[in-house]
Amino acid sequence: MKILVPVKRVVDYNVKVRVKTDGTGIETAGVKMSMNPFDEIAVEEAVRLKEKGIATEIVAISMGVAQCAETIRTALAMGADRGILVETDVELQPLAVAKLLKAIVEQEQPGLVILGKQAIDDDMSATGQMLAALLGWSQGTFASKLEIADDTLTVTREVDGGLETVALTLPSIVTTDLRLNEPRYASLPNIMKARKKPIDNKKPADYGVDPTPRLTTIKVEEPAKRKAGQKVGSIAELVSKLKTEAKVI
Amino acid sequence: MTALVLLEFDATGIKQPSRSAVAAAVALGDVHALVAGVDLAAAAAAAAKLPGVSKVLVAEAAGLDHQMAEQTSALLVSLAPAYTHLLAATTAVGKNIMPRVAALLDVQPISDIAAVVDADTFVRPIYAGNGMATVKSSDAKKVITVRAASFDPVAAEGGSAAVESISAGDLPSISRFVSAELSKSERPELTAARIVISGGRGMQNGDNFKLLDPIADKLGAAVGASRAAVDAGFVPNEFQVGQTGKIVAPELYIAVGISGAIQHLAGMKDSKVIVAINKDEEAPIFQVADYGLVADLFTALPELAAELERS
Repeated sequence: MKILVPVKRVVDYNVKVRVKTDGTGIETAGVKMSMNPFDEIAVEEAVRLKEKGIATEIVAISMGVAQCAETIRTALAMGADRGILVETDVELQPLAVAKLLKAIVEQEQPGLVILGKQAIDDDMSATGQMLAALLGWSQGTFASKLEIADDTLTVTREVDGGLETVALTLPSIVTTDLRLNEPRYASLPNIMKARKKPIDNKKPADYGVDPTPRLTTIKVEEPAKRKAGQKVGSIAELVSKLKTEAKVI
Repeated sequence: MTALVLLEFDATGIKQPSRSAVAAAVALGDVHALVAGVDLAAAAAAAAKLPGVSKVLVAEAAGLDHQMAEQTSALLVSLAPAYTHLLAATTAVGKNIMPRVAALLDVQPISDIAAVVDADTFVRPIYAGNGMATVKSSDAKKVITVRAASFDPVAAEGGSAAVESISAGDLPSISRFVSAELSKSERPELTAARIVISGGRGMQNGDNFKLLDPIADKLGAAVGASRAAVDAGFVPNEFQVGQTGKIVAPELYIAVGISGAIQHLAGMKDSKVIVAINKDEEAPIFQVADYGLVADLFTALPELAAELERS
């Protein structure tokens, strides 16, 4: 079966982000950008399914500014076969992304779409579920294990109290949690090979989707800062202060 | 304006994060609550006692058991015409269901709100809580998940709502619950605990997490972990506190052998009192701790257990 893997270009997870002084957003100028970590897990899972002979082709998709092509290249270097870039300067929110992905799914007819469970920039955790809804497909979110047999996908999910297993009728949507796999590093030969793999350039209008955001950001502020407190010299002093000063035990 | 809140429940009643979601809904107007599943008598009675809830809708159907997203979202969409706001807590259940509801209603969901400004405007954390964004929705209906740590839960008792049985309608059959493997613990749930003690990479292995047990037992605390400790395989993922795990705001948070990565702070920095025990005095966790102890945790933890035992 064919697998689609949407990948998002986000501020690298090691960067200490700063709120812009004018309160309009987060400073992204001159900041290192990378593939969203959960999307790397999604690409890895797709590549493993291909190595097992279950997947036949992996298509990596990214949406946003022209540089998102670099994020697709990273997925191609990890083992995806080709890419689709939906280029726009409009801020894309999960609803618009899900609509664009739905249109791509209708053209590509994959058996499975694997996405990260959340992007570490907007922390919405929504796109996978929304795509499943628009397609009328089943969804296995926060997955830590996948098994495919015939037309059934069995997904072990990370839930609040432990693990839950669900059986889904394919085609389906999976969103990845941390423990699904450990993504590989692309080797230099594979990075070179990835340069020759094709990327289709598209626009939202090609899919008849209006990407206008439904949420307007009015302002972004720094969170309330905690002040560093005091150092204590011993466990005895700590317990005494928690009792008499903080009064929490 | 009337809001509908999807409740989660167990044998002991309505879960605390759902009671926080009710608290957020009360700020928006009249509040109805939904319990869906099987054998709902106790859950419906508990829901009817939540202060601020004026009506409880009870949808009993085998397909709604285990709060599966495909079925529960279909039910919520069928109820949506009567409501301006649909809410659930930002839990594994809420996060699974609500975006699906939003897409079916052609609405952009508003995930993990930390404050209600007005009926259209909400504050939500972005970039692991490094920014607090005020966002205004232009959608006619709002589909919202609520950050439980940011809203004091309504009490479990005190209200007296009407209870109404409703039809579950047609439910999709594209997904099926197979099994759940939930950690059995006598301890409180992480997101509801008054005290949380968490271990990080400094714990060195899963066995050493046992050093936290006597302290947690003595304090009635839940045990958590940093992502580093989960990634290293010391403890299961449901222990994880942080951007990609659980968000907690207990009265007391004790961080042991945790350096204080941004993504961990995102999950606990709203705790009322933070204690950090770490042998590296430069560890960033000390910048947010009310009380810091620079010490080797392998000597400090037994000492702490003994000190609590003594007092």
